[in-house]
Amino acid sequence: MRSRFQQGLDDLKERLLRMGGLAEQAIDRATEAYRTRDSKFCQMVLAGETAINDAEREIDELALDLLAMQQPMAVDLRFILAVLKINADLERVGDQAVNIAQRVLDLISEPEIPLPVDIPRMADGVSTMVQRALESFLDGKAEVAEAVLQMDSIVDRMKDEAFVVLVQKMHDDPACTRQALDVLLIARSLERIADHATNIAEDVIFWVRGADVRHGGAHYRE
Amino acid sequence: MGVGIEVRGLKAWYGKNESLHGIDMSVPANHVTAVIGPSGCGKSTFVRCLNRMHETIPEAYAEGSVKVGEMDVYGGGSDPVEVRRRIGMVFQKPNPFPTMSIFDNVAAGLKLNGFRNRKQIAELVERSLKLAALWEEVKDSLHKKSGASLSGGQQQRLCIARALAVEPEVLLMDEPASALDPISTSKIEELIFQLKQHYTVVIVTHNMQQAARVAELTGFFLMGNLIEYDKTEKIFTTPADKRTEDYVTGRFG
Repeated sequence: MRSRFQQGLDDLKERLLRMGGLAEQAIDRATEAYRTRDSKFCQMVLAGETAINDAEREIDELALDLLAMQQPMAVDLRFILAVLKINADLERVGDQAVNIAQRVLDLISEPEIPLPVDIPRMADGVSTMVQRALESFLDGKAEVAEAVLQMDSIVDRMKDEAFVVLVQKMHDDPACTRQALDVLLIARSLERIADHATNIAEDVIFWVRGADVRHGGAHYRE
Repeated sequence: MGVGIEVRGLKAWYGKNESLHGIDMSVPANHVTAVIGPSGCGKSTFVRCLNRMHETIPEAYAEGSVKVGEMDVYGGGSDPVEVRRRIGMVFQKPNPFPTMSIFDNVAAGLKLNGFRNRKQIAELVERSLKLAALWEEVKDSLHKKSGASLSGGQQQRLCIARALAVEPEVLLMDEPASALDPISTSKIEELIFQLKQHYTVVIVTHNMQQAARVAELTGFFLMGNLIEYDKTEKIFTTPADKRTEDYVTGRFG
């Protein structure tokens, strides 16, 4: 028989994974909106933000209750702390998806022009990072989380490259500045989502191993 | 000032049953060290061995080395009475002498230890009651009220004052707050925190939150063995041993 506390932890995990699903869906829809220039997908992202925000509040409340009522220790305490931090990251992922959707709406309102940046490819990489980070959380697999950390630099590089070519494009062809700026901001939002996926992976490693791997080190409590 | 405790190869028996299987532990001076573990793990036996209280039980005995400061507790020629003066003990249930006044309760240990000077006894009683954070509550009824007339929390602080009166270097506390309400418990915990300035404190507790609140170091006992001994924050956030983790997360015990 599961204890009430264990049920609470399972419930917390399930809710966070459900919220993770909503955040993933928001990224995919925002990317689809960019790919198809269909405002319907943007509207879906904007409408979905409330559900993510509500989920964040509910998870915070449940985590707070478990901390206050059960006074968890060790791996359980680390789990709840990780959930609280991942919760905040997923909410920010939702915000970034909204930012992308708003930029896409702006792009759609302007004439379509070819830009030398592969946003869908970057979005695929970012989406994979979020997916893998959530998978590592689902199974408590620190090695999967470590793989996510490795992917962050690839996305960073893609964003840097996008900045260089888009700034050059704006310089060469000022008429397309608005579109280039929108795409540049989309690239930045994707890079931010990758950062949130990295944070989630770091929190999973902290939960599972008790190691703080933020800021490029492996810090174990002495 | 408190002194450190060095325990090496400590074994304890109840008749033929070995209940401690060779404990090595260094307790630093002027720190609070908590001993936790499930019922029957040997944690109370362990602290009772530190001041030779264990051997007061028929057929119970211990062997190994316990050094409290320079004193070799189990060395040849050590006097159990002197050992217990230097290593005071407070028990789960407050046990004041019920018919004695508050003053006499605290003075009892002093008189047993040969103190005769009334002025000196009065000074030590006041000092002890102040250290036990009870003075302000009882100073006007020291001789009028009996120990038994105090509340449970006050009785426990009275017992702490009684233990402190003989100026020990180490204070052992076996579940000192488990019979008290939350307000009395928090007073005792605050007191424990203050006491470490003057004494080395070892506290046995079932209450892990209490260990986390008061102790700088925590040892986890299981089936007569010391499984893990580390900084309290490490034990309760990232214990190294799976058995410690299972215990502190409530998965057994």
